[in-house]
Amino acid sequence: MASRQHVAMTGNEAVAHAMRQINPDVVAAYPITPQTDIVQFFSQFVADGVVKTEFVTVESEHSAMSATIGAAASGARAMTATSSQGLALMWEMLHIASGYRLPIVMPVVNRTLSGPINIHCDHSDTMGALTTGWIQLYSESAQEAYDNMIQAVRIAEHPDVQLPVMVCQDGFITSHGIENLEVLSDEEVAQFIGEYKPVYSVLDVNRPITVGPLVLPDYLFEMKFQQAKAMEAARRVILEVGKEYGRLTGREYGFFEGYRLEDAERVIVVLSSTAGTTRVVVDELRRKGEKVGLLKPRVIRPFPASELREALSHARAVAIMDRAETFSTQGGPLFCEIRAAFYDAPERPLMRNYIFGLGGRDVGTSQIEKVFADLAADLARGSVKTPVSYLDVRE
Amino acid sequence: MATLRELSRMPEMLVPGHRMCAGCGAPIVVRQVLRAAHGPVVVANATGCLEVSTTVYPFTSWQCPWIHTAFESTAASLSGVEAAYKSLKRQGKISQEIKFVAFGGDGGTYDIGLQSLSGALERGHKMVYVCYDNGAYMNTGIQRSSATPKGAETTTSPVGKVQAGKPRSRKDLTKIVAAHNIPYVAQVSPAHWNDLYAKAEKAFAADGPAFLNAIAPCPRGWRHDSSETIEMCRLAVDTCFWPLYEVENGKIRVTYKPKEKKPLVEFLKRQGRFNHLFKPGNEGLLEELQQEVDRQWEALLAQSES
Repeated sequence: MASRQHVAMTGNEAVAHAMRQINPDVVAAYPITPQTDIVQFFSQFVADGVVKTEFVTVESEHSAMSATIGAAASGARAMTATSSQGLALMWEMLHIASGYRLPIVMPVVNRTLSGPINIHCDHSDTMGALTTGWIQLYSESAQEAYDNMIQAVRIAEHPDVQLPVMVCQDGFITSHGIENLEVLSDEEVAQFIGEYKPVYSVLDVNRPITVGPLVLPDYLFEMKFQQAKAMEAARRVILEVGKEYGRLTGREYGFFEGYRLEDAERVIVVLSSTAGTTRVVVDELRRKGEKVGLLKPRVIRPFPASELREALSHARAVAIMDRAETFSTQGGPLFCEIRAAFYDAPERPLMRNYIFGLGGRDVGTSQIEKVFADLAADLARGSVKTPVSYLDVRE
Repeated sequence: MATLRELSRMPEMLVPGHRMCAGCGAPIVVRQVLRAAHGPVVVANATGCLEVSTTVYPFTSWQCPWIHTAFESTAASLSGVEAAYKSLKRQGKISQEIKFVAFGGDGGTYDIGLQSLSGALERGHKMVYVCYDNGAYMNTGIQRSSATPKGAETTTSPVGKVQAGKPRSRKDLTKIVAAHNIPYVAQVSPAHWNDLYAKAEKAFAADGPAFLNAIAPCPRGWRHDSSETIEMCRLAVDTCFWPLYEVENGKIRVTYKPKEKKPLVEFLKRQGRFNHLFKPGNEGLLEELQQEVDRQWEALLAQSES
């Protein structure tokens, strides 16, 4: 594609389009609802000869990640894509991808984990992967999923990072919804991501290396320390790449997006597509003179604790929405981490958690209005009565 | 056919200094197979004795590129390496001819890695997969696998008051692999080094996936003296417990017929894992094991083209 275009695409199509433009050396993937379209679109690109990719049609997601790791260790730009059970089946290999410092980019179309089985959106799949050493970017829309894909390549491959990246979008809501977005030209993408120059490769037979040896207590700790340092370095790189992408497209990306946040007294923190619904409610309430706002995290691995604290420092009441239940009985993962970020803060807003939207339970404006109303009641009371509650569930 | 002298002068890909046990069959298999690669080779290794004992960081015994990812993922990971090779070669970024070989034990091949092996075979990656079959999970301390022979004692098929070792027969993985209709499948034994070398050459030359199933005694698990490894390999073949044959483009051929087929007990009685079978009361079980070997050998001969 020679020039920038405005196109109508689903989230899955936008991600597949980005993959075509990234033109990876190897893609190894297995179909799963709601990610399937990505694999189908990409299969067609391969069949039409518009990518240079060697496409490995593996027999499971475990093998998808295993083959992607093998390809990445061979100095190839390697990708896969998955959802839900597929991500769960990869779990063992997710740690190996990050532990081997392989810059793999993987779109994840968020879907709830069984059981019982359900194909619809929540974030239990990727929230279960918070400890796997992958960078996680969340996308509200097809546009953001596309933009995150392009940036993820640069973030993953940066010499100071060398870590895999998940690009998440909401199953069906975003993945199957058609929206208008602007896509870059193929040349712009090629130029932005640049040529991949791996430092090591198992295909370099003149300089043989041993990948994945047995590492005992005398060295493993140092390797994990270096991995943690790389995740720390990713904080800087994510911002640099986001700025550069902004100069190219006019769409700059940071750790999160604030909407009418500056003077907001009541704030909802929510990931991905629900942020769009929240934005509508913020506008409605603002028209009525209510000081409400939205904070939509984009990056939660690495976790931008100090930046989130700063951005929420003026708020008086904050509702943190988790589309995942991790059964700690102390609230969802986003809530626990943001609340922990305020431990050392001189002033802390009232903070409460909602578990919402599990298994694709729809979240409309009325539910978001209720959350803002609950925050108002907390403020009037001066305290949070129910720190963790379940939004729109039959108790 | 190379002579032993020629083979001994070929470059080693797995060099001394590793921590494999004395008498272990696995490194013998590896060294014999890699001699037949004739050029650059990339090795993938399943989790297991061979992997942990040859790559204790910051050291490695491998003179060629080597990759390990996990226990069950070896064939899949190597298929990713091979896919990268094809892609980069097509783009002109690599010009050398490189061969790809995986080594996994029976646990990583017959059991936990069977799915990823089957997938890689069906997809047709040009790679040689070598199973070093020592008939149990030796790395974790001798637990039964689906390659453990019936009657063998392991720590998870112990001999007790109501059980005489493993109650089930072993899986015939070589036949299962052959059912994938890949270009080349063979059973090999390090005692028959010339047969093994010739089959490894065919495997590397195959236009698609190839599979070698190699018997690889474990002195610890089989409970024989570490000096007797090659003898155990020979007895396995001469009793027809481990027939040497190949399946080349669908044609089955027995490559070695013992002049005089030895009774199975000659193989069993040398190994401590079968001690209990020679106690009074287990004669029937011994007979049953002999009959099973006979049945399988006769069936193989009937299928063999020459």
